[in-house]
Amino acid sequence: MPDLHDKPEPEISPAPETQQTGISRRGFLKGVGAGAVTATVVPAVWLSHAENAAAQTSPMGVTDASIQLKVNGKIHTVQVEARTTLASALRDRLDVTSPKLVCDRGECGACTVLIDGKTVYSCIMLALDAVGRDITTVESLASGETLHPIQEAFIEKDALMCGFCTPGFVMAVKALLDANPNPTLEEVKRGVSGNICRCGTYPRVFEAALEAARKMKKGG
Amino acid sequence: MQQKTKKETITIEEAGHPKEVEVEVPDVGDAGWGKMENLRYINHSRVRVDAVEKVTGRAKYAYDLNLPGMLYGRILRSVHPRARIKRIDASRAVALAGVKAVVLPSDAPNVFAQECRYAGQEVAAVAASTPEIAEDALRLIVVEYEILPFVVDVDQALKPESTQVHADRKNVSQAQIREQGDVAAGFAAADATFEATYRCQVHTHSALETHGSVAKWDGDQLTAWASTQSVFGFRDGLAKYFGLPETKVRVITEHMGGGFGAKLGDARPEGVICALLARKAGVPVKLLLNRKEEHLTTGNRPSAVQQVKVGIKNDGSLVAYQRYNYGTPGIAGSAGIPAAPYLYNIPNWRVEQVDVFTHAGPAAALRAPGHPQAAFSMESVIDEIAEKINMDPLDIRQKNDPDETRRKMVEMGAEKIGWKTRRKPKPDTGPDRVKRGIGMGSCTWGGGGGRTRTACTIHTDGSVEVRCGTQDIGTGTRTVIHMIAGEEFGLVPEAVNVRIGDTRLPWSGGSGGSTTCASVSPAVKFTTMMAKLKLFEAIAPKFGVAATALEAKDGKVYVKDDPSKSMTWRQTTAQLQDGPIEFQGSWVPGYSGSGVPGVQFAEVEVDTWTGLVKVLKVLAVHTSGLVMNPLTWESQINGGVLMGIGYGLYEDRIMDPATGYMVNANLEDYRLVGAMEVPEIEVLRYDQPERGVIGIGEPPIIPTAGAIANAVYNACGARVRDLPITPDKVLAALGHVREG
Repeated sequence: MPDLHDKPEPEISPAPETQQTGISRRGFLKGVGAGAVTATVVPAVWLSHAENAAAQTSPMGVTDASIQLKVNGKIHTVQVEARTTLASALRDRLDVTSPKLVCDRGECGACTVLIDGKTVYSCIMLALDAVGRDITTVESLASGETLHPIQEAFIEKDALMCGFCTPGFVMAVKALLDANPNPTLEEVKRGVSGNICRCGTYPRVFEAALEAARKMKKGG
Repeated sequence: MQQKTKKETITIEEAGHPKEVEVEVPDVGDAGWGKMENLRYINHSRVRVDAVEKVTGRAKYAYDLNLPGMLYGRILRSVHPRARIKRIDASRAVALAGVKAVVLPSDAPNVFAQECRYAGQEVAAVAASTPEIAEDALRLIVVEYEILPFVVDVDQALKPESTQVHADRKNVSQAQIREQGDVAAGFAAADATFEATYRCQVHTHSALETHGSVAKWDGDQLTAWASTQSVFGFRDGLAKYFGLPETKVRVITEHMGGGFGAKLGDARPEGVICALLARKAGVPVKLLLNRKEEHLTTGNRPSAVQQVKVGIKNDGSLVAYQRYNYGTPGIAGSAGIPAAPYLYNIPNWRVEQVDVFTHAGPAAALRAPGHPQAAFSMESVIDEIAEKINMDPLDIRQKNDPDETRRKMVEMGAEKIGWKTRRKPKPDTGPDRVKRGIGMGSCTWGGGGGRTRTACTIHTDGSVEVRCGTQDIGTGTRTVIHMIAGEEFGLVPEAVNVRIGDTRLPWSGGSGGSTTCASVSPAVKFTTMMAKLKLFEAIAPKFGVAATALEAKDGKVYVKDDPSKSMTWRQTTAQLQDGPIEFQGSWVPGYSGSGVPGVQFAEVEVDTWTGLVKVLKVLAVHTSGLVMNPLTWESQINGGVLMGIGYGLYEDRIMDPATGYMVNANLEDYRLVGAMEVPEIEVLRYDQPERGVIGIGEPPIIPTAGAIANAVYNACGARVRDLPITPDKVLAALGHVREG
């Protein structure tokens, strides 16, 4: 299949950041890569879906398959191609628009979602690879009008300006605090180092993550 | 109409101390922003009214809009920096299942290039039912190019024998020359002179939401949901291109994901192309650029090469300054920077500058156009000549700075950062690997207000609506409008309905140049105040007093001198017999100002083995007159400082001279500041409420790169005169130090 998405393999992604910042971004990408690898060795999972849905195939592979994705606890049937990214499946097919496509190659984190609780760049994961897994986006964080403590903290600390990167940052902080409920400032920085904000809200994001940790401890 | 004014004594905070000052305020009823201590919402931190939408993913940007039957548009772009299009065959794209529209140069000769002048210029476009099919369709369009010689390197383009970018113009524009005094005499009188060349790179905006829109036609009515800093500019562009009356075009920007100057102006090619595709397909089309396109085509801060010479007396007075600078705005725009010595009073000076065209994407305004370049060279050269006459560079600045406010801000900042106590008097050239240093840089920016109309309706059920065709580009404009209206009506700001970002609302200019807050705030203040007065006039007979005797506060309307005579806000509006109160107003003088100084101090750590610079702290001292919302104001300063660090240390558009292509058109190799590079940022607010509202978007990006360059030198003696200050340049500069 031709490389239609012009994307580098996550594992060989250049890491100029590594020199300056340690391993955070590479670590993030490794996480993504591992997920993708797991799924590629079990193509039967989606092939069976595709076959069940009488998928259209062409020399380019599956061009029109019906798959099921579990997004925010609900199962959705989605029409995709083999090359359709999870980001596109969510945004263009399911109208779940919080993950933003900004760099389209796993560099900026604006499309961050959680897959089985771990942060994933949805722009470099195929929709087919997300079949059978738990996909969580920022849309599911609040329960009704009650915001998640992370969302409350982002608002109180003004951890957003234009807001375009915000869903990705909120999800990155969610994954961080789920794994480490009591992070230091340095750990927060590493936890969100896979996300880019052009408006420059980072200092406020750090404050919000620490404040959210405090809130969640009190609440739980 | 002459604005009536009155004198009023107000208390301001100056350098941390309260101070009584007499100011002139507008005299329209009880107008003016009033005494600071009486303000309940304005000048108090308030969280963004749209923050909930943004943290829950409910905020819909143009990019998020999914309309029924909507197609995905994509643009085919020239891969050659210069080429004539001989033939385009789109038949296979047209025939591809799922492709609903293809537009070619023959359909829109004014949009697509016949001769491409930079790699990335628009050649054709498609709309298809899925993003994947749109991508395939682009690959099926065959373009036969006649490849022509090109030049992307500014120093190459300068040469007389260089390939010409434009047929009708030389690559080098006519020099802009300005001078004052007698430069030769100035240098002759100087005790010391210093001369060096400073280089600044091309800097791209890199807003996270790319340029683009969703376009929908209903007959001859066109609606575009656009990512723009100017809904009216975008509308005017579409109306002009399609020959439609402005009433037939509507542009909406509910939320937008950053612009930094590149989204000012009209609909640009991609906005027009999106509407063309939608018209041809007969259904809505979404066309947002991808990251590569965003870097290549949507604008940039031009490069600047500045050959600077400065002369000084032994007492620190600057007596002569001369600068020749050139830079490339690509195929269009200007690379000009402020045409005078930046910030300082120098009696004899001469500035000469030219633009140099190259086959690269056109320049666009980028956060404080021209200023960071000028500040970098001036603030570097001050430090360099200070060493020559063995004087503290801060003292030279203070001696030659005509701006009293900035001098006070410098004092404040110097005290806070410990300039005299913590900064090394000389760079450390000793054997330690990691060294720390402190440097400073200053700025000036105009800003100021105007060009805004607003409307206000007070409904009989007590609900209030404020309408303004401005847009919130992430700066918090929407929140400020709520706060002003809430202040005026004595209502909780969030209870006010605010509608912005739509050309069906009263006209307002683009959001750029730090002018939005100073434009919108006075208009909202004046409009809501007049609406309130109309309400008071209607209701005054019920209280048996004059309208001017009434006040609105805490959800009540009452008699100022006898607060026991009161009605709730809703009881008051329920008395309106002739329907709601309406008032349409505009920006008025007296509530806003312009012109702000600022200064930043940077503390850095340099690893002299790797050349890596880490910014440890930036102390940013800024003013905006009356700060409307300190919370969001400070966020913008953080953002300016961080973009300034990116400009100083990381960001650089790299053009390959062999292919004429930008080699780092992504977000990994075009490096923005990430979380690990964020230093401690301390913001000191210099309050001047008597000056009214002034913007803050631009000032904080200006001084940062210069302050960092000076701090790097102070740390280890590496003087890098070429932005960004990357490790290789630091190492090269250190090598020079060792040789010496």
